[in-house]
Amino acid sequence: MSTVRIDKVSKVFPAQGVADEPVLALDEVTFEVADHEFCSLLGHSGCGKTTLLMLLAGFEQPTAGAIEVDGKPVGAPAWQRTVVFQDYALFPWMTVEENIAFGLEMKDVPAASRREVVARNVALVGLRGFERRYPRQLSGGMKQRVSIARALAVDPEVLLMDEPFAALDAQNRARMQEEMGRILASADPLERKTMVLVTHSIEEALLLSDHIVVLTRRPGRVKEEIRVDLPRPRSEDDPGFVALKRRIRDLIHDEYEIEA
Amino acid sequence: MAWYLGSTYLLDRSTRALLPPPQDIVVAAWELAKSGDLWRHLRDSIKRELVAFLWATSAIPLGIAMGWWRAVDEQVDPIVEFLRPVPPLAWIPLSILWFGVGDTQNQFIIFLGCFFPILLNTIAGVRGVEPNLVRAARCLGAGERRILWRVVLRAALPQIVTGVRVGLGVGWMALVAAELVGANSGLGFLINDARTVLRTDYVIVGMATIGIVGLAIDRAIRALVARFMPWSLPAAR
Repeated sequence: MSTVRIDKVSKVFPAQGVADEPVLALDEVTFEVADHEFCSLLGHSGCGKTTLLMLLAGFEQPTAGAIEVDGKPVGAPAWQRTVVFQDYALFPWMTVEENIAFGLEMKDVPAASRREVVARNVALVGLRGFERRYPRQLSGGMKQRVSIARALAVDPEVLLMDEPFAALDAQNRARMQEEMGRILASADPLERKTMVLVTHSIEEALLLSDHIVVLTRRPGRVKEEIRVDLPRPRSEDDPGFVALKRRIRDLIHDEYEIEA
Repeated sequence: MAWYLGSTYLLDRSTRALLPPPQDIVVAAWELAKSGDLWRHLRDSIKRELVAFLWATSAIPLGIAMGWWRAVDEQVDPIVEFLRPVPPLAWIPLSILWFGVGDTQNQFIIFLGCFFPILLNTIAGVRGVEPNLVRAARCLGAGERRILWRVVLRAALPQIVTGVRVGLGVGWMALVAAELVGANSGLGFLINDARTVLRTDYVIVGMATIGIVGLAIDRAIRALVARFMPWSLPAAR
């Protein structure tokens, strides 16, 4: 059970310099991510979606409002909420398997079961044979696989992803999205983690999510929540997909017009 | 070649004593090596360098603390920045009065040469750690102690090694200077002693040895990096 509740969350960043004004990044954001749900936060860059993810992880505290997972307020970062970063954030001095095992070590999982969990996650993200490589010997797509495996290995309640595919080239990005979709489609819906994905790609959000939260530009507010009930695995050519895509694009386009 | 031709054919007998031809240097090196003098001086110098370096590694924990905790930095930084611009060589007169002529005084000067490059590089290394690496470790359940030991120290290691390389180099230079005036043995002493009796060939042998040891120290560190830190190959270059 891992329901995430975000209740009237605001975040103000204090002024940096003398002439600078404090920045209101998030303004009374409220929504809920159900258990086992895949939720995307969609919006332009600068809409505070990454800030919201950092709040969810516990790296920062909201200025106002509350964030709860299963009714318990989110405090300091903990393994129950792991993060996949856009820049992978792999430990360069560790091999692939050492990276994936890191969180298990922190949890004091005994070595034998650690090996077993690492092997299972290496297989899940398709990195068999690369266990002894160092991150700098891997391509961007492979690094992101390691990062995903590392975040899943500790068996978190919620998996948080910050534009995980944005740094990849177009082909790799499509492939990773497809594979992520495959993993989601094949997993027993009740076995799936609650996931929150930050993205600016409408297609990515539609390919993967059950629930899309569209945020406004600065300050970030919830503009609209959209349920996606398309069957998995999804295709970008599906008429339902195309219709939803057009709807979201109009929503975001409106936003742009107001700004401009 | 120019050295050989110049010293053999251009210089007359008296000025040749100031720049002996290469073959004389080889002979002198052989003499010094055979008599054991060269090894004795070399051993003393290296021992001083190593002892002082071991003391100077205290800069690593201090640098990590200064780079990580703002409060520590605020307390210690003014002292460091006050002492750092004073060249190690400026400490030689005072240190002779403090420690007398000998190992301790030399080690103190080398320590000063080693310490600051290691400290500054460690601080910069810690400050340069990718914030997302620390965040990743945090959300994977690492506490403060483990973050410092398992993440910050490792992530800063390439830069710390750079500091060690620079520090050992500066220390080696400071050593020779300290030995010129404040020692009864060592390569610096050898050079100065030979100068007083105008044995320029010995002086040059001493200088060459200093250069070779400096090079060897640097190569040794690179080899260690390549062996033990294969993930950071750029640091070995």
